[in-house]
Amino acid sequence: MLYLYDGALNVPKILTDWYEEEATSNYGAYIPFVGTVRSEDGISGLSFDIYEPILKNWFKAWQKKAETKSAIIKMAHSRGDVMLHESSYIAAVFSPKRRVALEFIDEFVEDFKASAPIWKYDLKDRQRIYASERSTAIKGSGLLA
Amino acid sequence: MSILVRVEFLGPIQKESLEIEITNLKQLADILQKDKEIVQWLENSAVAVNDTLVSSLDIALKDGDKVSLLPPVCGG
Repeated sequence: MLYLYDGALNVPKILTDWYEEEATSNYGAYIPFVGTVRSEDGISGLSFDIYEPILKNWFKAWQKKAETKSAIIKMAHSRGDVMLHESSYIAAVFSPKRRVALEFIDEFVEDFKASAPIWKYDLKDRQRIYASERSTAIKGSGLLA
Repeated sequence: MSILVRVEFLGPIQKESLEIEITNLKQLADILQKDKEIVQWLENSAVAVNDTLVSSLDIALKDGDKVSLLPPVCGG
């Protein structure tokens, strides 16, 4: 499942909800990844834009991939502003065996960083500045150049 | 009948959507390469037609199609 929220994520609630949703699903492993906004370069927080139609298609493709390994994935992400030490991103894999989940969370988060249509901005000096240096061009970019 | 395609610029690209008469992506490339606001984004932007990413300019466009430009991403 994919969950989008306005502002920071309620980490304890989301992790607990996901745990409880799958508590009797007979998965041997639950591997969550929680992304937290760190203090660096004088930012007061981060801000996010999301293009939902393509994000949903991207996530569906990963759900299918997870199914082939008898695993499931869940992901939560923030829209708008998220301040220092708050969380903007949680991803989790549930699978019968731990090895599959450990490998899958790594692959999933890497592809998320490279492909998910989400744009990040630094909140600094009351401005919202696109984090161009930390952003990655989606595979196949430059078609119209 | 004229063919009107909607072009959307996502994320940090500060430009309003366009409604233009084109029948393929090559024509869109020609138009956007002449647009001073947009030309700097073209090298690093991916292209989606009706919310599916595409990898070829040889795609015929129909009336009501939506083309989106996706600049470099950074979720998380």
